[in-house]
Amino acid sequence: MLFTSYGFILFLVALFVVYYIIPRKYQWALLLGASYLFYALSGLQFLAYIVATTVCVYYAGRRIGDLVQTESAYLRENKQELAKPQINEYKSKMKARKRIPMLLALFVALGILAFVKYIDFAIANINLIARAFGSEGGISFWTIAVPLGISFYTFKSAAYLIDVYRGKFPPERNLFKFALFVSFFPEVIQGPISRFDQLGKTLYGYHPFDGRNVKFGLQRIAWGFFKKLVIADQLMVAVRTIIDDPDHYNGSFVLVGMLLYAFQLLADFSGGIDITIGIAQVLGVTVQENFRRPYFAKSITDYWRRWHISMGAWFRDYVFFPMSVSKPMLALSKFSRRRFGNAIGKRAPVYLATLTTWFATGIWHGSSWNFIAWGLANGVIILISQELEPFYDWFHGKFNVKHTFGFRSFQVVRTLLLMSSIRLFDCYMDVPLTFKMFGSMFTTFNYQVLFDGSLLHLGISFSHYVLILSSLTVVGIVSLLQRSGSVREKIEAQPIGIRYSLYGMLILSILVFGAYGVGYDAKQFIYNQF
Amino acid sequence: MDELLKILEEMHPDVDFRQCDTLIKDKVLDSFDIVTLLAEIDGEFGVTIPVEEITPDNFNSAQALYALIIRLSDDL
Repeated sequence: MLFTSYGFILFLVALFVVYYIIPRKYQWALLLGASYLFYALSGLQFLAYIVATTVCVYYAGRRIGDLVQTESAYLRENKQELAKPQINEYKSKMKARKRIPMLLALFVALGILAFVKYIDFAIANINLIARAFGSEGGISFWTIAVPLGISFYTFKSAAYLIDVYRGKFPPERNLFKFALFVSFFPEVIQGPISRFDQLGKTLYGYHPFDGRNVKFGLQRIAWGFFKKLVIADQLMVAVRTIIDDPDHYNGSFVLVGMLLYAFQLLADFSGGIDITIGIAQVLGVTVQENFRRPYFAKSITDYWRRWHISMGAWFRDYVFFPMSVSKPMLALSKFSRRRFGNAIGKRAPVYLATLTTWFATGIWHGSSWNFIAWGLANGVIILISQELEPFYDWFHGKFNVKHTFGFRSFQVVRTLLLMSSIRLFDCYMDVPLTFKMFGSMFTTFNYQVLFDGSLLHLGISFSHYVLILSSLTVVGIVSLLQRSGSVREKIEAQPIGIRYSLYGMLILSILVFGAYGVGYDAKQFIYNQF
Repeated sequence: MDELLKILEEMHPDVDFRQCDTLIKDKVLDSFDIVTLLAEIDGEFGVTIPVEEITPDNFNSAQALYALIIRLSDDL
């Protein structure tokens, strides 16, 4: 069920009404029921996967929690008698015991994800290698349907378990409450990848009807619909036209497609997250922000602190840092320092951890080489920018432009172009074709298509271009206003006439300009596929 | 403490690590700096910082980081 379908809107209205009618102690149970109903509507068979992950991670968490209690009680009772080495020995013994349920549950949860999402990719590569060695035939594909949001709920569950293991918080003792955390429907299909200690704070509490919260939540939902239906789905028509016919649409068309896709993706994904956060807000639940004006980033590192924030934080906390402090990594650092000197020794762990993390980020997005290439391209560009830092320092020492508007604008445009370029892997879904089309921007000199009306034959009329450009300008202005606080608060402070004119314009523009398909079903959100 | 300051100053010569207590908050140290630091601390002090100790509080100032190193050395 799509966020932008009639069915979902009816589902939401019914849920909101019942949520505030029933006794508050049952609100979380209603949310669990609604989340499972939402999930079941995507395919009953998929319930088995989410239940398996939930139950497995829940019991592993409880087992770790029991061991933590045993450890604390033992140390408390025997504190006087035990010497430091004995305490350390006991702690490391307990750590090893806690690690077993964690690893088993992670094996199951990540194993399910790997199996359903990557089995055909693995088979395709095995067949490719076998054919290279002269083998004929090959293994047949399994073509397993990928359960809705499996990458998101698996990562949420894995983070919960690792955090319990690390002692960040005690495990949830109620299986059904934990099941709600895993399946919470507003964020199950495209995130954010919420952490238990953040989402859990408001997910299970009593939520009396709060008019202001509901109003702000509904405004946020409408804002998400505006971005998705008025901008993203309109832009998609032109983007698809360009991408689907690479022989015809090359050179400058690729540049146009690349930029249009950048704004389509922003509107699509951040619009979806606006709807998620808005729904949660109506329910009185706080979901963390996942975007912070990403296209105002001044570098790629800065960009990844602003775009899909919860995913970047996940890979940092559960892949990048653990890998960096692992024994093999520290040994590699020592070895490379001894063998190759300080300069290389310092870089070896950073390079390896960065490239591994970005490889994992790439494959998380999709089981194909284009996503892996996209991930590695991010990693390589980040490492190159790290290496260029001495040059930047020299440059800024020489020229006092760092804080000028012109230089900052240059940085923003440079970052946007870089990020958009590597997203061509995502557009063309084929690594050699992506390189070919990227190259065509510099080898096919058809700049005239930018001015001769060719862009009006991409499925978008002149008036649509004006509409999209105006809408993007509104999004840009809202982004700039957000720097000094909530825009909804600012609107709330306006006289009633201005306020309701703005609300009316937003709703009207969705109804009049939104790209509706048959039966009011908009296009699939791009991030649903991950 | 001097060894730690030397490591930090080599990474960012322009920062006053004796005074600054917002190294993470103000993004003076990024993820790459932290990975470099972890390896340097392991080499210099023989202390491996466990991943659960990689928190903004522990890395926000040289003093906090040094206190962490001392605490972990005591646990050895």
